[in-house]
Amino acid sequence: MSGAPNLAPEIRFERVARRFGAVEALAPLDLTIAGGSFVALVGGSGSGKSTLLRCINRLDETAGASREGRVSIGGEPVDHLPAPELRRRIGYVFQSIGLFPHLSVAQNVGIGRRVRGGIMPPEEVAGLLDSVGLESTLASRMPSELSGGQRQRVGVARALAESPQILLLDEPFGALDPVTRAALGERVRALHTARGLTTLMVTHDMAEALLLADRVVVLEQGRIVADAPPIDLASGRAGDIAEALVAVPREQARRIADLAGR
Amino acid sequence: MTALLTALATLGDELAAHVVLSAAALALGIAIALPLTLWSARHATVARLALGLASLIQTIPALALLALFYPILLWLSGVVGGGIPALGFLPALLALALYAVLPILRGGVTGLAGLDPAVREAADAVGMTPGQKLRWVEAPLVAPYIMAGIRTAAVWTIGAATLATTIGQTSLGDPIFAGLQTQNWVTVLAGCLAAAALAIAADGVLALVERGIATRRSLHAWLGLALLAAGLGWALWPGSAERRETLVVGAKNFSEQYILARLIGERLEAAGYAVEYREGLGSAVVFRALDAGDIDVYVDYAGTLWTGEFKRTDNPPRAGMLREIDRRLATPGGARLIGPLGFENAYAFAMRADAAKASGVASLDDLVRAAPEMTLGADLEFLDRPEWAAVRAAYPLRFAKTRKYSPTFMYRALESGDAAVITAFSSDGRIAADKLTVLTDPRGAIPNYDALLLASSRCAAAPRCAAALKPLVGAIPVTAMRGANFRVDRDADKQAPAEAARWLSQRIER
Repeated sequence: MSGAPNLAPEIRFERVARRFGAVEALAPLDLTIAGGSFVALVGGSGSGKSTLLRCINRLDETAGASREGRVSIGGEPVDHLPAPELRRRIGYVFQSIGLFPHLSVAQNVGIGRRVRGGIMPPEEVAGLLDSVGLESTLASRMPSELSGGQRQRVGVARALAESPQILLLDEPFGALDPVTRAALGERVRALHTARGLTTLMVTHDMAEALLLADRVVVLEQGRIVADAPPIDLASGRAGDIAEALVAVPREQARRIADLAGR
Repeated sequence: MTALLTALATLGDELAAHVVLSAAALALGIAIALPLTLWSARHATVARLALGLASLIQTIPALALLALFYPILLWLSGVVGGGIPALGFLPALLALALYAVLPILRGGVTGLAGLDPAVREAADAVGMTPGQKLRWVEAPLVAPYIMAGIRTAAVWTIGAATLATTIGQTSLGDPIFAGLQTQNWVTVLAGCLAAAALAIAADGVLALVERGIATRRSLHAWLGLALLAAGLGWALWPGSAERRETLVVGAKNFSEQYILARLIGERLEAAGYAVEYREGLGSAVVFRALDAGDIDVYVDYAGTLWTGEFKRTDNPPRAGMLREIDRRLATPGGARLIGPLGFENAYAFAMRADAAKASGVASLDDLVRAAPEMTLGADLEFLDRPEWAAVRAAYPLRFAKTRKYSPTFMYRALESGDAAVITAFSSDGRIAADKLTVLTDPRGAIPNYDALLLASSRCAAAPRCAAALKPLVGAIPVTAMRGANFRVDRDADKQAPAEAARWLSQRIER
């Protein structure tokens, strides 16, 4: 559970391209995510950021895209394992959450072990719920009885239940109100550090990316158009395209500061 | 009311058979529909094809679907060298199971299509294999939809199972069809009420299971399943306790046949056999069923076999025809002639006595002159039969109009004047009761219709069976048969065929 950060594996993309029929979702691209880092993938809709994320746990296979190039985790190509085996080792959180409506919170969190014949002890469920900021009394609730923020916290707990070394987040806080969103973002960043994960987060929100990630990769039409640490982006040292993306949150922050100063 | 209760009280065997048939058909329907649902879930083309085919089957009237399985199974039996019963339980089971597939399949496909894609993605993302995804996510979420489909299928199956009577499977359709033929509405009502009550009960119990599944309260589901098991257990119990050898008595679809079947059946039971009845069989089906050993005993008529089965157009004298029939039946393993019962049930052109007298018609020769002014009322099959061709070849009859009726309504039509001449039956009780004149056949165009007792080779070869049947040969005079028929056919104080059979049994000569 308390992994040393240097154990988290590196993720490497080599000449990775994806094509849905005539639509090029990803142009051949190379990208290396250092082990233990928290990287944000930023871009508009259709930029290919989700597709890039799903190449790692091979969820892109279900969509029927043409597949080229090589994705490897810690030097091991992802195709070398059967997909279910691979996915069990990777935590995945996405915007629509996908809690199983017929299972309680505890059962949702423990499902990964249950399908393989195991049982998650109640203390472990309580520990996981606590780590995402939920009372253990919620364990027996059904998903329909939870608020949106509570649901996504359960989603994060489920993703971390089998102690993965990699956490993939696809617009994880997109449907939440700003306050919950900020709180859950901080929580995930803290879990990343505490568990020593390699974390990759897809978001369209540049401010969120700047505040949570160690490194921000900007995608546009399936190509990487910027790749820099938040500090370089914020200070305008990452090029014109990145500058355009950062301008909006920077301007918003300035106007809010002006309001307060008046 | 008491008559209805009495009729209901005698339906135990039919109810048990109905429950077993419906349950088996539903189980087979589920067994077909579930894999199809799974397959459809993975391939949209399969889903379209399966749903289309199931809907197509649904458009075939149940009666026709049941009947279609007879030639199909007969052919299949021929291909594999025999052994597949073409009548009774098997074809009924197959036809009803096909009927049950659609609602279950539609429920399953609808349920799967409505599954939240996010839930499926989450199942993939936590590393479930397709099998685990089915077991832990898809099956529990689609179960309520499938259960609703099963409920619909159960009600349909129980309703349609009444039609299994027409292909010789005992069901609650037996009292309905027998009652319709003999115009015994109490029996019809009893059969309908029992079938409806069964459908409502099954639906209620399945609703309990459905609610248990939907609310994930296993107590409800188990209670429902226990009730189902109890019902099925009751239905199967007498069957499993039955250890006697079973003989099957067949009957075509009119009163005399129902009565004779019961008369024969009671003699066989007295001889220690268990007896099943396949009643309401079509003329074309029943002889082949006997020849194939699907039924063991029934009564047919010399002329029917002569023209229908042997395709003969000549009309030899009585003794010659009987000898020839006996000779033709002597194929190994096939049907056997036990002997003539002693009366004839020939097609007989009949008129109301007063009308016949007024128009001076006493024979078919006289009818040639009067026919152009008259309407002929025929039973449903006569105008397509070779006898009609033979009669027209001998007598140039031209009627103003011809109409087809089921037998009972044919007599009504004559009485009301809607028909002036009808194709009556010489053993019919209504000939005497309604004061009808039977026209003579001076040119001998209509073949003889001696009632012949026929048996399967299995029965004929068993001394006990043959001994039970032999005393019936030559023992039933036409007056006794008319009397028995009338007790069933008359409008007031109607008797069930079994009662009339007991009455007839006491009038057997010797």
